[in-house]
Amino acid sequence: MSDSPKAQSERVLSEADIANTVHRLAYEILETCREDTPALVGVYTRGVTLARRVHEVLRAAGKELPLGTLDISLYRDDLDNLGEMLPTLETSEIPFALEDTRVILFDEVIFTGRTTRAALDGLMDYGRPAKIELAVLVDRGNRELPIQPDYVGATISTTSEQYVKVRFHEDDDKEGVFISP
Amino acid sequence: MTEEKRISSRKDLLDIESLSVEEIEHLLKIAGPFKELFQRSVKKVPALRGKTVLNLFYEPSTRTSSSFEVAASRLSADVTDLAVSQSSVVKGESVLDTIDTLQAMRTDYIVIRHGGAGIPNLIARHTRASVINAGDGFHAHPTQALLDMFTVREVLPESAGRRVLIVGDILHSRVARSTSTIMHKLGVEVGVLGPSTLVPADRHSYMRGFRNWDEAFDWKPDVVYLLRVQLERQGEPFFPSLAEYHREYGLTIRRLQRMREQGIYLMHPGPVNRGVEIDNEAMNYERSLINQQVENGIAARMAVLYWLRPATGNQEIEKEKGVSS
Repeated sequence: MSDSPKAQSERVLSEADIANTVHRLAYEILETCREDTPALVGVYTRGVTLARRVHEVLRAAGKELPLGTLDISLYRDDLDNLGEMLPTLETSEIPFALEDTRVILFDEVIFTGRTTRAALDGLMDYGRPAKIELAVLVDRGNRELPIQPDYVGATISTTSEQYVKVRFHEDDDKEGVFISP
Repeated sequence: MTEEKRISSRKDLLDIESLSVEEIEHLLKIAGPFKELFQRSVKKVPALRGKTVLNLFYEPSTRTSSSFEVAASRLSADVTDLAVSQSSVVKGESVLDTIDTLQAMRTDYIVIRHGGAGIPNLIARHTRASVINAGDGFHAHPTQALLDMFTVREVLPESAGRRVLIVGDILHSRVARSTSTIMHKLGVEVGVLGPSTLVPADRHSYMRGFRNWDEAFDWKPDVVYLLRVQLERQGEPFFPSLAEYHREYGLTIRRLQRMREQGIYLMHPGPVNRGVEIDNEAMNYERSLINQQVENGIAARMAVLYWLRPATGNQEIEKEKGVSS
């Protein structure tokens, strides 16, 4: 399985676009922080990177929020269909109490909604947050579950057959959002 | 999904010899996140929901079977215990008859302990379920080896070049065999100390033999791994009396003092015979990892259950549809 975007894949967001989008997401979140202090939780792998970047922008703006990470591999509903290649596991770190906390989950793309469903289950096994919200860099539509993001960086219309890949320097050898047919 | 290099799974775990270093490293790596789960209020994850794990123990073992039971439960699998007495089923044929029954029960994982070396391999060839060897004769005990290595890594993250001294009945110990194999594969130096009749003369050349504790201490081991003295071997030829064993090879207070001075960690696969391989007081040694071994056993077995893929389910390889499906 080659995971690299194919030759004909099209870059729909550049590095600069991503930086602007992250900035805007951060400020949208900042506006909601007058009443409470939410915690940010990134879903592995690139949701963690997205959460870290938003966290950094907020810190520069003078708002330091708790930051956690979540590996949802054990909560996936398709483990049986993955054949011999299982996802590797990362350590989830939720270094704060979830009780009475508003949590903003981060994932780089929302597609079917199944990852978010798994993340909700995983997060709630750590405790009972006051509220859970969802922030994504890209909403590519084609939901299979009734789950919608609260903060959206960019909306891209796609068909279910297309591939949408977000690449970050922290995790990959290039940066951008790519669509392949 | 991510672009990280992934290790493909296997159907069975029968011994350590057949695992590659990459596979061992993968199992040790994923055992870490499983151990982290124990800190949560909810210690269970749904990864094996709807799957059945069968504990098939032809030899009594409360510890290993409960460890597997806890591991499987924490992965949300259903666990069935099938205690079979060794006396009623001794022939390979009978084992296969049992397996036919289990096949009909659609078990996904079979955890087996048997007195006969190679029985798990035999079963693995005849069933679609994943077979995990939980100890077969003098042959292998791979999950013990994984939990031991995981435990060593927790206190000595840079384990390559470290030294582990295994003390006791090396000849009859599947723990010694599997644990020394995994250590050797990952670059840990292995020394052995025991009655000369119980240390195999044809052992692997990487196992360094010692005649007494003083010699072994001078080798500067980082870990002393005591094997359980199998009391049922009392009276067999060449087996020393318990008092003699304790005097020559047991961890006495005086030897414990030397371990303390040298900062050596202590391990034991359990259950412990106090007063034989270990002095009563040594049980409270501050560098004892014995309790960690028990906890890590659950994490290591969860990692193994999660990694293995039975041939019972839907083996269709899913076409990757997108990053965040």
